[in-house]
Amino acid sequence: MIEVVSETRCILCNRCVQICPMNVFDAVKKAPPVIARQSDCQTCFMCELYCPVDALYVAPEVAEMTSISERSIEASGFFGSFRGVGWAVAEGSELPTDQSFRLTPGA
Amino acid sequence: MSQSGEEVFDVDAANLSRNADVLVIGGGPAGAWAACAAAGQGAKVVLVDKGCCGSSGATASAGTGVWYVAPDPAKRLAAMEKREKLGGYLQDRNWMTRVLDRTYESVNLLAEWGYPFPLDDDGQERRTTLRGPDYMKLMRHQVRKAGVTIYDHSPALALLVDEGGAVAGAHGVLRQKGGTWAVRAKSVVIATGGCAFLSGGLGCNVLTGDGYLMAAELGAEFTGMEFSNAYAISPAFASVTKTLFYSWATFTYEDGTPIPGAGSHGGRSAIARTLLTQPVYCQIDRADEQTQGLMRASQPNFFVPLDRAGIDPFRQRFPVTLRLEGTVRGTGGLQLVDDSCATTVAGLYAAGDAATRQLVCGGFTGGGSHNAAWALSSGFWAGAGAADYARQSRHASGQRRLHSAGRVALGENNAAEFDPSRVVQAVQAEVLPYDKNYFRTADGLTAALENLDGLWGQVRKAGPSAVARVVKAREAAAMLATARWMYRSALARAESRGMHKRDDFPQLDSTQRHYLVSAGLDEVNVSVNAAPEHPALEAAA
Repeated sequence: MIEVVSETRCILCNRCVQICPMNVFDAVKKAPPVIARQSDCQTCFMCELYCPVDALYVAPEVAEMTSISERSIEASGFFGSFRGVGWAVAEGSELPTDQSFRLTPGA
Repeated sequence: MSQSGEEVFDVDAANLSRNADVLVIGGGPAGAWAACAAAGQGAKVVLVDKGCCGSSGATASAGTGVWYVAPDPAKRLAAMEKREKLGGYLQDRNWMTRVLDRTYESVNLLAEWGYPFPLDDDGQERRTTLRGPDYMKLMRHQVRKAGVTIYDHSPALALLVDEGGAVAGAHGVLRQKGGTWAVRAKSVVIATGGCAFLSGGLGCNVLTGDGYLMAAELGAEFTGMEFSNAYAISPAFASVTKTLFYSWATFTYEDGTPIPGAGSHGGRSAIARTLLTQPVYCQIDRADEQTQGLMRASQPNFFVPLDRAGIDPFRQRFPVTLRLEGTVRGTGGLQLVDDSCATTVAGLYAAGDAATRQLVCGGFTGGGSHNAAWALSSGFWAGAGAADYARQSRHASGQRRLHSAGRVALGENNAAEFDPSRVVQAVQAEVLPYDKNYFRTADGLTAALENLDGLWGQVRKAGPSAVARVVKAREAAAMLATARWMYRSALARAESRGMHKRDDFPQLDSTQRHYLVSAGLDEVNVSVNAAPEHPALEAAA
């Protein structure tokens, strides 16, 4: 579930508010968006992918909240770690190197 | 909400009202291709999405294979034959041929539009896989470029219908801006995806069968709804239901002993049976170092939850579960009556997982490549068909007296509204458990249907839902309706075929190689349609 919107990183673009399929965020005037409906989060990581400044953190757990702190996310290098894995949708990232065609299941 | 019954629906009274030739409901791959195809025929097109076209749905958040096969007769034949037995020989060779042709054309278009396909060692583009986020971002761009108007965060509540029973648009709510929307349209494409029962599969919680309910309120029929119990493997704590890499896994009990017969392909039943009584663990221990590298470069999102939880899946065991993906990976959906993906309702078309995929997948999962091929093919045909219908329509926009077809949660009475979360929990209690839905029996299905029918009676009698809860109420009702078509069909198929497994009829019965058509809301009926002839079976006979 979405756990953190980093106030220090957020540039108030509200991209996450628009792209979240489950409408989890609410935009707030002159402030970072708030996680208004956390239990609706479907852990699809799309908000992280579209955030231009890596200000969001989605914990892998779908059910329970982890109450992880912004400091420990920074320390683990998790901010932006999903955006950095090779999807082209993230602006500025390298073109993807989708190697699926080389994998033969059951090999 | 008071737009139902025989009261005339005033489109112009909505906060946002529009006229269109074609309305597309749903902005995943099928809806996006439908919108592009309709606009390409010169139609004025509006696309509404419950979430956001480009990031919503099962495709946007994942990578997928595509059933892209070069137009070489031998290769095409082999591609068709590959899954026919698994699907119980319910596929239709004519539709498979059409889908292979259309997919080849459309995927080549993606390349022209700039989709970054990877190159192999010979410098040839490999066009057999798509990365969801990149694919859907490109599709949104193409939809806009085609002149389609997109409304995100605009869930549709119900279809509009004219006095002759033809579809005439839809209405819904603007969940971020507040207020209502209504679109008057000459034809409508349902591209709302399947129903995964809010089971938490990757990107699948938006897929609650909304379009099924809307279409059923106009009398649309379904087929293949018994093939709706696809379960995907995922880490027990996480949402990532990508199953490809489990082909390299060993599944074990808590003490580390391998579970006999357990595997990703053909061994999922053993996993489900074990999960009934105890946890199942897995380690992807059969991938060499080179394969491990390829895996990370293929489906990077597979590793995100594991990395974040501090698990090395190649060297450590982690608990797994099976998440129900319902008709998303199953093959049931709206029944199509012709090559243009028309449904049984005049002016109403269906595409993608909202439509049946029995024609190309039979009773076996369409997950991955076949569903992706189906979404872009059926989307293309439904969009073109809807544009054609709109062009030939005798009605000028605005001349028809319209009604809302919406009933459940939208009706007019003084009764109290129902609690959507309670209904969702009650439906999930019947459809998620492996001993009810994975392993089916007449007794189990009958007991579940009794509960579900009773629940439908309560929901049907409830009063209109408040604006704040109406979207969730309609989702809950759609899941409930879907569960009833699913189990009524499952009860009618007294054999095991494709993904439909009956513990009381474990064998395939050759006299039941037919299609089951389900329909109705207050009363659910199931009837039998002949399946197309099949060359392999003709030869054997």
